[in-house]
Amino acid sequence: MKPIELLQPASGALDLEILGLSKHFGDVAALDDVSLHIPAGSFHALLGENGAGKSTLVKCLVGYYTADKGTVLVDQREVEIPTPREASKLGIGMVYQHFTLVPSMTVAENLVIARGALPALLNWREERARLAAFMETLPFKLPLDKPAGGLAAGEKQKVEIIKQLYLQRRLLILDEPTSVLTLDEADEALGLIKQLARNQQLSVLIITHKFREVSAYADAVTVLRRGRYAGHGKVAELTVDQMAEMMVGSAVARDAAPRANRPAIPEGAARLRIQQLTALGDHGLPVLKNIDLSVYPGEILGIAGVSGNGQKALIEVLIGQREKSGGKVQVHGKDYSGRRAELALCKVNSLPEEPLRNACVGNLSVADNLALRNYDQPPLARSGWINWRALRAQAKTYVENFRIKTDGIDAKIQTLSGGNVQRAVLARELSHPVDLLIVANPVFGLDFNAVAETHSRLLAARAQGTAILLVSEDLDELLELSDRIVVMSEGEIVFEVDAAHADIRELGRHMAGSHALAEATA
Amino acid sequence: MLTKRLDRWLPLMESVGIPIAALLLAMLIFAIFVAIIGQSPATVFYLLYQGGFGSAFAWQNSLLRAAPLILTGLAVAIPAQAGMVIIGGEGALALGALAGAVAGVALSGLPPHGVQAGILFAGMLGGGVWIGLSGWLRHYRGVNETISSLLLSYIGIALLNHFVEGPLKDPASLNKPSTRPIGDVNMIGNLPGMEVHYGLLFGALFALVTWIALRFTTIGFSLRIVGGNPRAAQMAGLRVGWWVVGAAAMGGAAAGMAGAIEVAAVQGAANASVLAGYGYAGILVAFIARQNPLAVIPVAILLGGINAAGGILQRRLDMPDATVLVLQGIAFVVIIASETLSGRLRVWRSTPAPVKPAIPATGASV
Repeated sequence: MKPIELLQPASGALDLEILGLSKHFGDVAALDDVSLHIPAGSFHALLGENGAGKSTLVKCLVGYYTADKGTVLVDQREVEIPTPREASKLGIGMVYQHFTLVPSMTVAENLVIARGALPALLNWREERARLAAFMETLPFKLPLDKPAGGLAAGEKQKVEIIKQLYLQRRLLILDEPTSVLTLDEADEALGLIKQLARNQQLSVLIITHKFREVSAYADAVTVLRRGRYAGHGKVAELTVDQMAEMMVGSAVARDAAPRANRPAIPEGAARLRIQQLTALGDHGLPVLKNIDLSVYPGEILGIAGVSGNGQKALIEVLIGQREKSGGKVQVHGKDYSGRRAELALCKVNSLPEEPLRNACVGNLSVADNLALRNYDQPPLARSGWINWRALRAQAKTYVENFRIKTDGIDAKIQTLSGGNVQRAVLARELSHPVDLLIVANPVFGLDFNAVAETHSRLLAARAQGTAILLVSEDLDELLELSDRIVVMSEGEIVFEVDAAHADIRELGRHMAGSHALAEATA
Repeated sequence: MLTKRLDRWLPLMESVGIPIAALLLAMLIFAIFVAIIGQSPATVFYLLYQGGFGSAFAWQNSLLRAAPLILTGLAVAIPAQAGMVIIGGEGALALGALAGAVAGVALSGLPPHGVQAGILFAGMLGGGVWIGLSGWLRHYRGVNETISSLLLSYIGIALLNHFVEGPLKDPASLNKPSTRPIGDVNMIGNLPGMEVHYGLLFGALFALVTWIALRFTTIGFSLRIVGGNPRAAQMAGLRVGWWVVGAAAMGGAAAGMAGAIEVAAVQGAANASVLAGYGYAGILVAFIARQNPLAVIPVAILLGGINAAGGILQRRLDMPDATVLVLQGIAFVVIIASETLSGRLRVWRSTPAPVKPAIPATGASV
């Protein structure tokens, strides 16, 4: 909670300029020399793939991170933002993807407590008068006495925005504010903000994956890629096509691994066949709509798409973390549901994203985690009895072969660094022959060397005839590794292309969704 | 090299050292409490020892109480392997006693060993279904298993009282409502040469088998994966729901067996006397034992001894026999508080373990 001087007069939208901002986490540059300018009262969009550095940038602005280098200017004056308190004093506020309202309290109570540093005894008459006066200035009414928990998602997000206004913010940062809203709700919330910006009450910086919102609401756009500035322009002067291209990058890096040297894909039956697959998301809405896919032995099938278009759900269904609601998944021509016996029989392995969350047991040892796939198979176990000596021997071999840096094989795996957790998972999943490998964003958060190593191991597995399904939000990675690329958008496969002949612009256009396609053909 | 070897033994030293230190601290606090009510702590501790372990008679008394405590301790320790905190052992014990008594009467006429086996099995089934329900609620309905097991425990106790005082009441049991007796021939007898019934052996065997299964078989390994990270368990192809319900049911079965043994070896029928608080004391046993099924055995004997000494404190010092409950309560609080210490006593470590998040926090939503 940040105390706010309510008596200080609001001074309307502020002018923000960022010069050469950089932020490193260990060896990974999350943000590298990024500059942008938001004039007072403008609506500025920040675009980029996952891991492009958008969140790092705004977290530096609201004081959660301190930048390593660079300058932030507010109204042409240099400022320091070491903590959220300073951000708050400057009038910089943030609206998150998820709601921060207290569900059991009324809207009015939520607005009042947001001020922080409240007196021990609240004078509700005075607070109400102040709220009423404030509401007069708004273009619409809020149900002040309704519990926040009873509001629809769109209303809640509006209250979040109103809360920021009540706190007299002058710059509003929105982090994917519409990801839990329907189309109409999104328009309502963004429409309100747009109006406030136009009235010079606010400047706006919005992170979004949705080109529709950028085209409809933003004045200008800055694009980040892999932590670097990748482009900038007035929305009026840019096509969605051009924005998509800035976001996914040019096809410069793609000849890093010469495709010609790779073994050809042998003829054969599909190893993984997905037919009419559907699944529901966490909120009960369909996230996968009639997916049809096949992956052949010795092939890497890349799945491209902007974050949040169903790729994550697809991976979850394939590795058993989400129930499918319809359709068929077959491996080696037989129905497949991801049970342990099938995994071993069909030799299906996976490298899910966020390995510590999805593929490891943090409080178990490195040795135990390395045995997660085969602890119940010989030589690690015979008729149910575990051979601890064999299990430890396997762990030692893996640690040596994959150069996993660990404080011994008995150390808990959660004490390892991210790159080494990933190496441990690679060791476990790729040390034995694999028929089918399910991979999602395998190099996310890794440094350069670890990325190169992971990629070469995937290509080596491909050369040995493994069928690989690779989901990545990094188009360069897909172009470098894949043999075929399909694009997912809004839970559907919307495009398929041979990777050798893929046109990055065309991919970007399909990733941007039907809206962009309609515009392109218009 | 010495430090390396120390590192290897550190987890063991930690898991033994912390509970012992916590128990010593609890005894110190208890000593202060005793001094405040005007008794000599030294005398009280001496009598505690005398009453628990000072004579063959005291030992038998302690072991008699340890038998159900081992099983109710397992009722907490087994589900804990799958990441659950179950505290409904008392209710599972009540239903185990009820089911055991019903089976004992229904099977009378069979050879005594058959009847006894039937009683134990029915008790395990009764308790297993009850706590298994808690596991089911947790996995399939998202209900907190600690709360649901406690509430189910109250229902289980109420069911026992209802049936004992109502539909299943033996008309001959006047001042102490009970079910019909299972009959003297069907009672579980004493271990050879001791005044302690076979229940102690059954409890110890249950603990030993559980420990072996957890330590040396794939069952234990699977359970640790499920308990440690359900998402990773799903990825590894394990049926998380099956394991969660199974672990809860096995815990419940242990407590239910304790109830059945109380019926078949002590009371001869199900009645309110089986509800002596063993289910709750089992929580303390499991926590002191750090959820290790093998350690549950000595801890249960220790607590059985402390329980047994309640009477001697009352007779010799005229202290209320609830005094030992005060000691147990203090021990429980200190033990729970000491749990937070595990993993932090690495002063001897050769190299500090790097603790880094796997992925920079930025990753989540950029």
